[in-house]
Amino acid sequence: MADEAGGLVIDPMHQFQIHPLFGEGPLTWYTPTNQTLWLGITVVVISILMLIGSAPRKVIPGRTQSITELLYTFIHDMVEEVTGHEGAKFFPYLMVLFTFIVTSNLLGLIPGSFAPTSHIAVTAVLALMVFLTVTLVGFYKKGIGFLGMFWVSSAPLVLRPILALIELISYFVRPLSHSIRLGGNIMAGHAVMKVFAGFAGVMGLASIVPIAAIAAIYGLELLVAVVQAYVFTILTCVYLRDAVGEAHH
Amino acid sequence: MSTTETVAGAAGEASQKGMPQLNFATWPNQVFWLLVALVIIYIVLTKIAMPRIASVLAEREGRISGDLAAAEELKSKAKAAEKAYNLALEQARVEAGKIILATKAEIQKDLNAAMADADAQISAKAAESEKRIAEIRAGAVQAVSEVARETAGALVVALGGTADDAAIEAAVAARLKG
Repeated sequence: MADEAGGLVIDPMHQFQIHPLFGEGPLTWYTPTNQTLWLGITVVVISILMLIGSAPRKVIPGRTQSITELLYTFIHDMVEEVTGHEGAKFFPYLMVLFTFIVTSNLLGLIPGSFAPTSHIAVTAVLALMVFLTVTLVGFYKKGIGFLGMFWVSSAPLVLRPILALIELISYFVRPLSHSIRLGGNIMAGHAVMKVFAGFAGVMGLASIVPIAAIAAIYGLELLVAVVQAYVFTILTCVYLRDAVGEAHH
Repeated sequence: MSTTETVAGAAGEASQKGMPQLNFATWPNQVFWLLVALVIIYIVLTKIAMPRIASVLAEREGRISGDLAAAEELKSKAKAAEKAYNLALEQARVEAGKIILATKAEIQKDLNAAMADADAQISAKAAESEKRIAEIRAGAVQAVSEVARETAGALVVALGGTADDAAIEAAVAARLKG
């Protein structure tokens, strides 16, 4: 395709560039960037939705109130169901995670916008927060007994050390897979759309094909945006169960 | 952000070739602003939105369970009312049966009395009539014998005989018996 288009340069990764919002200066740790802008928009959208939605306090909810209540009960039931009653106190934490990720993912699908969740730095922080919470809460709740989750007591004794090693490795791989799953999905979707958009720019009439493909992928990405937020949250619940719930091995 | 400015972008950010995600120079900035955003969202959610939603949901739950309890109570009341109604109906039916029986018996009594009365009246009238008939019959027999005597006397006289009252009497009596 690129040969046929001659001087076509498709740089699907360019959209993920982080640059200072004002001026050209070097990027320090506090410089407001395009990512900061979209993080801010995410915060504003969540705040407006949650504040307006929770303001009427009607017994029979209106539309916005229904959305917030749906979000609330959805996450609440998920936490109760997966983590158990003990994990219910982590509900606000998971609510923040889910609302942030789903809003950021969906806002990122607005053409020309920026998806903070497409950056491994962001998802890594989210995943590390979960990892640290699970580890600290686990040791706080169960003491040294938390290590019992690596010792598969239902397996034959000979296999247990090997399984313990595997479990240990998988435990430390968790934050990696947790963060790359989300970041990679969002990044890949955006990059693919950018590639197709590049084709559409140089193919003349035939560009109807990549445009149709973009429409289809956009629909898929809407699904991915919600599903990945859901997956991230429910995995957090599952990890939290290790820390607070009964041993399930 | 469009593809057309890639040249300028590539020139300006030559040091950032490759995945922007792996440009670790931007990480402190990203982490800082992410934490700021998360803290704000956390405060907005936990301090304002979630307590409100929780209270609304609790209120709704209370309202629903209250309504359900009220409905349950009303249902049991309705059942009790139905039971009472059925009981009253049953009682009324029994009562009605009793009244019917009593009325029937009373009517029968009245009827019997009236029949007896009528019977008595009928028999009295019949006896009276019989007497009258007997009287009339006796009167008639007497009148016949008188007429016969007079006629016989007149006939005897007309035939040139002398009417002997005693003989005529005897003859008439004999004939009447015959």
